[in-house]
Amino acid sequence: MAHGWEMEHDDSVVVIGQDVGVNGGVFRATQGLQARFGKDRVQDTPLAEATIAGMSVGMAAQGLKPVAEIQFMGFLYPALDQIVNHLSRMRYRTRGRLTCPVVIRTPHGGGIHAPEHHSESTETMLCHIPGIRVVCPSSPARAYGLLLAAIRDPDPVIFLEPARLYRAMRQEVIDDGRALPLDHCFILREGRDVTIVTWGAMTIETLRAVSELEAQGVSAELIDLATLSPIDAETILASVAKTGRLVIVHEAARNVGVGAEIAAIVAEHGLYDLHAPIQRVTGYDTVMPLFKLEHDYIPGVQRIVDAVQLTLAD
Amino acid sequence: MRRLATRDLGRAHEAPQRAAWHNLPMPTVAEFKIEYRQILDPKGELVARLPAFAEDPQEVLTMYRAMTCERVFDAKAVNLQRTGQLGTYASALGHEATHIGVGAAMRPEDVLAPVYREIGTQLWRGVTMTEVLTYWGGDERGNDFARPRHDFAWCVPIATQTLHAAGAAMAFKIRKEPRCALAYIGDGGTSEGAFYEAINLAGVRALPVVFVIVNNGWAISVPVALQTAARTLAQKAVAAGIAGVQVDGNDVFAVREVVSEALARARAGAGPCLIEALTYRLSDHTTSDDAARYRSADEVKAAWALEPLIRVREYLKRSGRWSETLEQELIRDCARAVDAAVSEYLKGAKPSTDAMFDYLFADLPPHLREQRATARKYATKGSGH
Repeated sequence: MAHGWEMEHDDSVVVIGQDVGVNGGVFRATQGLQARFGKDRVQDTPLAEATIAGMSVGMAAQGLKPVAEIQFMGFLYPALDQIVNHLSRMRYRTRGRLTCPVVIRTPHGGGIHAPEHHSESTETMLCHIPGIRVVCPSSPARAYGLLLAAIRDPDPVIFLEPARLYRAMRQEVIDDGRALPLDHCFILREGRDVTIVTWGAMTIETLRAVSELEAQGVSAELIDLATLSPIDAETILASVAKTGRLVIVHEAARNVGVGAEIAAIVAEHGLYDLHAPIQRVTGYDTVMPLFKLEHDYIPGVQRIVDAVQLTLAD
Repeated sequence: MRRLATRDLGRAHEAPQRAAWHNLPMPTVAEFKIEYRQILDPKGELVARLPAFAEDPQEVLTMYRAMTCERVFDAKAVNLQRTGQLGTYASALGHEATHIGVGAAMRPEDVLAPVYREIGTQLWRGVTMTEVLTYWGGDERGNDFARPRHDFAWCVPIATQTLHAAGAAMAFKIRKEPRCALAYIGDGGTSEGAFYEAINLAGVRALPVVFVIVNNGWAISVPVALQTAARTLAQKAVAAGIAGVQVDGNDVFAVREVVSEALARARAGAGPCLIEALTYRLSDHTTSDDAARYRSADEVKAAWALEPLIRVREYLKRSGRWSETLEQELIRDCARAVDAAVSEYLKGAKPSTDAMFDYLFADLPPHLREQRATARKYATKGSGH
């Protein structure tokens, strides 16, 4: 929907990817666009991720705004050479002469019973790259507003679309062309006792945990990180200053995860606000298992509740 | 900033008058042609000399049985997915001649680097139906084949397996073992950089490796015409300096013959080969796909007339070695074998959460021991201890 609005209002927006044309994308995110905007502006590329990222760099440097789809995050890796060495630093290297207003969309995370390499959440690799934004919406409405913002942004944005949300959530979205701000967190629930930061599909389990905590008499403030890089430190620090406790929840592996960066920011700037050590509830430092075990990998409600209770115990 | 005026550009073109280069006779420095091989036509008529292996009727029957069993298994797997007893599955429908032809041409000691659709080759080489179902049922134990232990596992990241095959062939070459590697790849996969890197490496080091492109016309919804402007995929071999040939991928005789020849050359040190097997994906891409969204029913109907089982059956009938009774008996035998595998698969217990950790390293580091304990504590139903 955001694609359609922006293509209607900006001729430079071009959609590329595998199966984005007639098929409308394997998750139907680009459905109907080729019929509406033609085969030049909605292109099925050859099956090659480096091609998709590299041609996006070329198209963007010459004035287009490619919105590229990588079919699954596990297939993003051949594109990393182009992302790290060109997409992210074209503006920097040319001192602003050439720029890359590109959006690369890709499904994120597991929980949909998918085959091998289809359930990755390796956002931390992307957040480590200077010069790109990494965004991960937590609902259809946020996906609409943030995708519009990403397309309009003058710099490259990797847009991670939680696969579980494609199917788990139905929501009425108003197609009014209104973007949501990048580089800002969203407070999903206000609370007093503990701050929980999460993003993407993990908002599902975390919201359930917040309800359960409420029943246990704990008032949790839930922050949807939304832009994973750069991090909106201000909102998180203000919340921690209020609650004095921080729990970070993410599906991705723990080691050097985005949670570690958030914990470091709070340790650097908000240590004296903390009443208890920071807790992280994350995927394990192993390969995302095939689907028989995927729900043993993805943090469950009880793990989140227990971690919060740990910060409250004294 | 220095600006080049139009006037300057004009002068730059005023070169001394010479005969236009394109009017001079030019030497041809390279030429190529791509051979197409077919032995059994779609009606089961011989259109070329019968290969030696096919002179033994038992051998033909064995291949036909394997093709039929692959098809029976495949239909069952799709059905299991539809009834929620299997994950996403990539059907092999229509690819049986290529899969069995390749399987029959390889030696057990050769190594296979499959993609994810070549079930028939894997079954021929000794992978069990239960293992196939276990993998597509969402359990890595399906990758732990009882045999052949040295074959690679399914490979979902497109084209990456072609380099593994080249690497395996390098190992055979260094150790002077008379073995070959064989990598499958799809038509879509030939657009990936890794594919070109693999055929290039194979060529420059004359590796004992054979690449089989299964050109089934479609990469999910993208037709091969949107992958390449080349007339054939086989001719991509030319740029790598290796042999290239196109074969009717619905003709098990032709596939087996072409692959056997390629393997024999590779084994003798004469270098790699790129084989393009022309077939058709009669099914959806996977059970998650709906091909009716992007291709016509007429196209699929036409492809059914060329499918690989009919022609072998007709050939066998004509030689008096097949009948409707034998056909029904064969289908019953296959169904029995498939049903036995399915019940073994369905009886399999869910893996324990330890499985997420125990195979990551030879020795599990301390932080993962801790995480393994956490995973046990929070194990979901059925994955406990």
